[in-house]
Amino acid sequence: MSLRRLAPPEIQPAGFAFTAVNAEWAKATIAKYPAGRQASAVISLLWKGQEQEGYVSHPMVEEIAKMLSMPFIRVLEVATFYTMFNLEPVGTYLVQVCTTTPCWLRGSEAVVEACKRHIHPHEKTVSADGKFSWMEVECLGACVNAPMLQIGSDFYEDLDGPLTEKLIADFRAGKTIKPGPQNGRRVSSEPEGGALSLNDKELYDGSIIGKYVPKAPPPPPAEPKKPGAA
Amino acid sequence: MLADKDRIFTNLYGFQDPSLEGAKKRGQWDNTKTILELGPETIVDIMKKSGLRGRGGAGFPTGLKWSFMPKEVKERPHYLVVNADESEPGTCKDRDIMRGDPHTLVEGCLVASFAMRAHACYIYVRGEFIREREALQRAVDEAYAAKLIGKNNIHGWDFDLYVHHGAGAYICGEETALLESLEGKKGQPRLKPPFPANMGLYGCPTTVNNVESIAVAPTILRRGAEWFAGIGRPNNTGTKLFCISGHVNKPCNVEEEMGISLRELIDKHCGGVRGGWDNLLAVIPGGASVPLLPKPICDDVLMDFDSLKAVQSGLGTAAVIVMDKSTDVIRAIQRLSYFYKHESCGQCTPCREGTGWMWRVMTRMVKGDARTAEIDLLQEVTKQIEGHTICALGDAAAWPIQGLIRHFRPEIERRIADFKVAAE
Repeated sequence: MSLRRLAPPEIQPAGFAFTAVNAEWAKATIAKYPAGRQASAVISLLWKGQEQEGYVSHPMVEEIAKMLSMPFIRVLEVATFYTMFNLEPVGTYLVQVCTTTPCWLRGSEAVVEACKRHIHPHEKTVSADGKFSWMEVECLGACVNAPMLQIGSDFYEDLDGPLTEKLIADFRAGKTIKPGPQNGRRVSSEPEGGALSLNDKELYDGSIIGKYVPKAPPPPPAEPKKPGAA
Repeated sequence: MLADKDRIFTNLYGFQDPSLEGAKKRGQWDNTKTILELGPETIVDIMKKSGLRGRGGAGFPTGLKWSFMPKEVKERPHYLVVNADESEPGTCKDRDIMRGDPHTLVEGCLVASFAMRAHACYIYVRGEFIREREALQRAVDEAYAAKLIGKNNIHGWDFDLYVHHGAGAYICGEETALLESLEGKKGQPRLKPPFPANMGLYGCPTTVNNVESIAVAPTILRRGAEWFAGIGRPNNTGTKLFCISGHVNKPCNVEEEMGISLRELIDKHCGGVRGGWDNLLAVIPGGASVPLLPKPICDDVLMDFDSLKAVQSGLGTAAVIVMDKSTDVIRAIQRLSYFYKHESCGQCTPCREGTGWMWRVMTRMVKGDARTAEIDLLQEVTKQIEGHTICALGDAAAWPIQGLIRHFRPEIERRIADFKVAAE
C-alpha cells in the first residue's frame, strides 16, 4: 500500500469538463453496463479524464462522481487506490520503468540510471524542458522482453543503458519510434535469432479448416454390477 | 518438443494476421455452431474429461468450475468474467494471446458463456496493456460485424462481449477483487463464501476464468477431450504457455507440453542458461508468488502442477524466472517483497503490516545488517501471515521468503557474518 493524496489545492485547476468527443465516448462506455450499474465505468472515465488533462484533479473527481451518480468519496477512493492515476502533473512523456525482479535481473538499473541522467535525478519530477518525467513501476508484464519501459500507451523493450539514452533523445527530438524491442534482434516475444516453433506451413495454409468436427464423447462403458448391489 | 500441429496459439509471436480473416484461416471460428449444438452439459463434460486445469495460477479444474454455475437461469442473469489482469511478475502470456490470437479468446468467451448460460461477458484487461486492449477490442468489433457474437448472431445464442480495463492494481487479478473493481470500487477481495458462482458480479452467478483457460477451450472442444488429455501427464494434461525470463541466452514465450522438464525447456527453447547449465543458481518456476528452487532440484524437475508441488513450489502461471550464479539472490527476493508491500490492498492487517515489515527486514538482510536469530523470526512472521488473510496475496508474499530461507539460509548467514566483520 502506499499513501496517495490529490495534489495540493494551490495547483488544482478551477474546473473540469470532458471535451465533446470524450463526453460522447463516456456515454457509450456507461451503456456497456446494466442499468443502475453505471459505477462500473468509473475507472474508464477517470482514465479518459487523465488522458485529456494529464492527471486526475479534484474537479475531475467531482465531475465524474456527478456523471455516475456516485458519492464524491467513492470516486476519490478509486482515484487514490489505483496507481496508474497520476494525482499530480506529469511530463508530456511519462516514462515508466519496470524494476521488478525479472527486469532487474536483466539490467533495469542501467535503464533507471539513464532516466536519472537524461530526465531528472529524482523520479516523479518533470524535466527542465517540461517534456519528461519518469518513475519506477511494478511489473508491466513484458518479462521475456526485459528490461523495458512504457511511454504513453506503448512498451519499449529489450533495452539497456545506451538504448534508453537513445530512446529519450529520440523522443526529445520528436522522432517517431517503433514500439517493441529496441535492440533490433527480434520483433516480439520469440527467441532471438528466429522462432523455433510455429514454423509448420500447414498451420497457415487454411488446410485446418473443417479438419476437426466437434463430437460428444462416447458414453462411459456400463460399469459391471458389484456383487450385492441393488 | 511439442509438434506444431498440436499447438493451440498459432500466432503467439504475431508473425501472422491477427484479424478475423487470418484467424479463420488458422482454424478458429471453425464449426463453432456444431460445438454449441452439443449443448451446455456435453461441453462441460468434455472440458472435465480434457483435464484442463485453470491457467491463472491455482490450477483448479476448469470443467468443474463451470459446472458450479446454476443449471437454470432464474431472475438473476449469469455472467462470465475473463481475468486478463496479468500482473504476476514474470508472466506475459495473456499479452501475446490478446495481441496475436485474440479470436481464440473471443470464440472461447462465446463457448464458455453458452456452457454456463451467460448472455454477457466482461474481459478485464490490466490498465497498462493499452495496445493489447485495443487489439482485443478490434477482434471483438470484427466478431460483432461478422455476426459471430451479438444479438441474433449466426450461432443462435445472444451474447454480448465487453472489454473493461483496470488501472494498475495487481490485487485485481484475485477473482473477487476483480469483481469489486469491475463494479467500480476499490479492488479489495471479498470474503468467501458466498462464492462467485452463487454471488459474483452485481450479486449474480459469475465465473471468473483466466484468459488462457478460456482461449484453449474452443480448440479442446473441436479436437476432443482425448487429444488434450493425451498431451502431458495424468492430472496435468495439455499444452501450456511458458514465459522464460531472466538469465537465459534467449528469453521467450513458448507453448509446450505440460510436464516438460525444466532443463529441456530452458535448453531447447531459450538457448540454455547464460554461461551454461552449471552456472545456474536458482529458478522461480511459476511467477513471483511461488518459492524458488535451487539448481540441484532444477536438474530434473518437471514443469507441471503436481511435480512442482512435490518440491514445495508450484507451477503458478508457468512464468520461469532464471537466475545465474552472478545473482544476488537475497536482493532478488527482497525486490519481490517490495512488490508485495506495494501491491497489498490494505484490507487485512497481517498482509498490510506484514508485507512492509518483511520488506524492511529483507532490505537489512541484503546488506547483512541483521542478527542471525532474525532469520527464524522472519520465518515465523511469514507463517503468521500465510493463511491469515482473506485472499492469497498474503501467502504469495510469504512463500518467496520461505523458499529463500529454505534453500539459501547459509547465504543469508554468510552475509550477516561478513557485515559484522566489516563493521568491526
